[in-house]
Amino acid sequence: MCVFTLLPISLSFYYSFCNYPLIQKPVFVGWDNYRGLMHDPLFWKANLNTFLYAVLALPLGLALALFLAVLLNAKIRGQAIYRTLIFLPSLIPAVASAMLWLWLFNSKLGLVNLLLKSLGIKDPPGWLSDVHWALPSLVLISFWGVGNTVVIFLAGLQDVPQELFEAADLDGANRLQAFWHVTLPSISPVIFFNLIMGIIGTLQVFVLPFIMTQGGPARATYLYTEYMYDNAFVYLKMGYCSAMAWLQLLVVLALTGIAFWSSRHWVHYQDK
Amino acid sequence: MLAVAPFTWMLLTSLKTEDNALADPPQIIPRPVVPHNYVDVVSTGHTGFLLWTRNTMIVAILTFVGTTLSSAMVAYGFAKIRFRGNGTLFVILLATMMIPFPVTMVPLFSIFRWLGDNTGIPWLGTFKPLWVPAWFGSAFSIFLLRQFFLTIPKDLSEAARIDGCTEIGIFTRIMLPLARPALAVVALFSFMAAWNDFLAPLVYLQRPEQFTLALGLQNFQSQLGGTTWNLLMAASVLVILPVIALFFLVQRTFIAGITTTGIKG
Repeated sequence: MCVFTLLPISLSFYYSFCNYPLIQKPVFVGWDNYRGLMHDPLFWKANLNTFLYAVLALPLGLALALFLAVLLNAKIRGQAIYRTLIFLPSLIPAVASAMLWLWLFNSKLGLVNLLLKSLGIKDPPGWLSDVHWALPSLVLISFWGVGNTVVIFLAGLQDVPQELFEAADLDGANRLQAFWHVTLPSISPVIFFNLIMGIIGTLQVFVLPFIMTQGGPARATYLYTEYMYDNAFVYLKMGYCSAMAWLQLLVVLALTGIAFWSSRHWVHYQDK
Repeated sequence: MLAVAPFTWMLLTSLKTEDNALADPPQIIPRPVVPHNYVDVVSTGHTGFLLWTRNTMIVAILTFVGTTLSSAMVAYGFAKIRFRGNGTLFVILLATMMIPFPVTMVPLFSIFRWLGDNTGIPWLGTFKPLWVPAWFGSAFSIFLLRQFFLTIPKDLSEAARIDGCTEIGIFTRIMLPLARPALAVVALFSFMAAWNDFLAPLVYLQRPEQFTLALGLQNFQSQLGGTTWNLLMAASVLVILPVIALFFLVQRTFIAGITTTGIKG
């Protein structure tokens, strides 16, 4: 643990103040890397893309996962099968789902566009090859993997005491009101957990854009982690990459901190 | 429906001829069915699919054995042995869970290179960077197992101690068997993570003979070039299949694992 986590973190902090072109020894250069980043248009582009991706993927993904979990929590036939099927996509290696979605979203022969054409849409978007659609496409694909979050929500939903619903029913609440005033507060710790995991996860998305679009077209899907990777192993600017890593770490910590701070107002823990 | 349709389409495409895979309007049921695509993927000389599978197995097995053993020991220490700084150390451990891999990627790279230069045993371009860290425990697994060890009543170990059992005996003969469900979850998750990982192999492996399946699949795609979607889908199915098979074998452990880790957060 110490060797493979704490030492690297300390080293990374030191490197972030160094000029470190992979093959030579790191040389201390003070704040140069950080100053360089502030004037690096690609850094800001990658930041903006990652921000857009996170703002779309995180809230919508959480809402979708919660919606699916509520559906799956209903007592219907074949419930177990549906649960398994929803969960399955989140299991498979990201590389394999990248291949699959490259094929489905293929602009000419992909199933998605063939279906859209058969529905009468003459000129469906080029998805991953379209500057405006590429990032939203990645967001859409990320929804395919919400199964993990759904299962966690489901566990939370099953823990909501049945008496609360009966009480709400007696008070004349309809289903929407019961959901809003009983379900949501009861599972707020689970929402909180998924939110934190989501913040950490969406800010470091790498595999899908790296494989599917290589950050293109025209850098429209060039995300933060991919720029980090390129800096380290393509441009061999290890110090620069470390500075980016530390900024990312600070952002993650700050967002998690805000989430924790705000959680006092909206997360309710059941007294046990 | 939306969850499964992509899988189905992948499977169907993987059984078509190249021309039929590209047909417009799309052909739904492959005719003729070409299971030979799979043979092509596995046997074609330049791909090395079997080799990649073997590599992935080696890495995944070493990773899950290492993670489970080392995390169990550390977690037991945190849960049952009182020592100074226990609490502080545990908080530090939790904090490291939040640190993204990309942050440690560069320094790890230079540590592995330093090790290679100074011990005479190469690290970069071998499997070692992928599995050796696992033998030093993973924060997430330690956290999970510690929570589990805490639920085991103290009386058990005290009774054993009175009966003359050594500390190591208590750990191996009483604690580990009791913790079997939690250990299974840790083993499973670490195996899956190693199987699916892409970034670490990408950074640390160099020659195609050493690739894992995840990396190999991407390599395969870039070799194929444009249009042989039928072969690419067949290859993807081969990468996915073991994971899905494993899932169905141990479904209970899986779901139990996700829900407990979720709630404990």
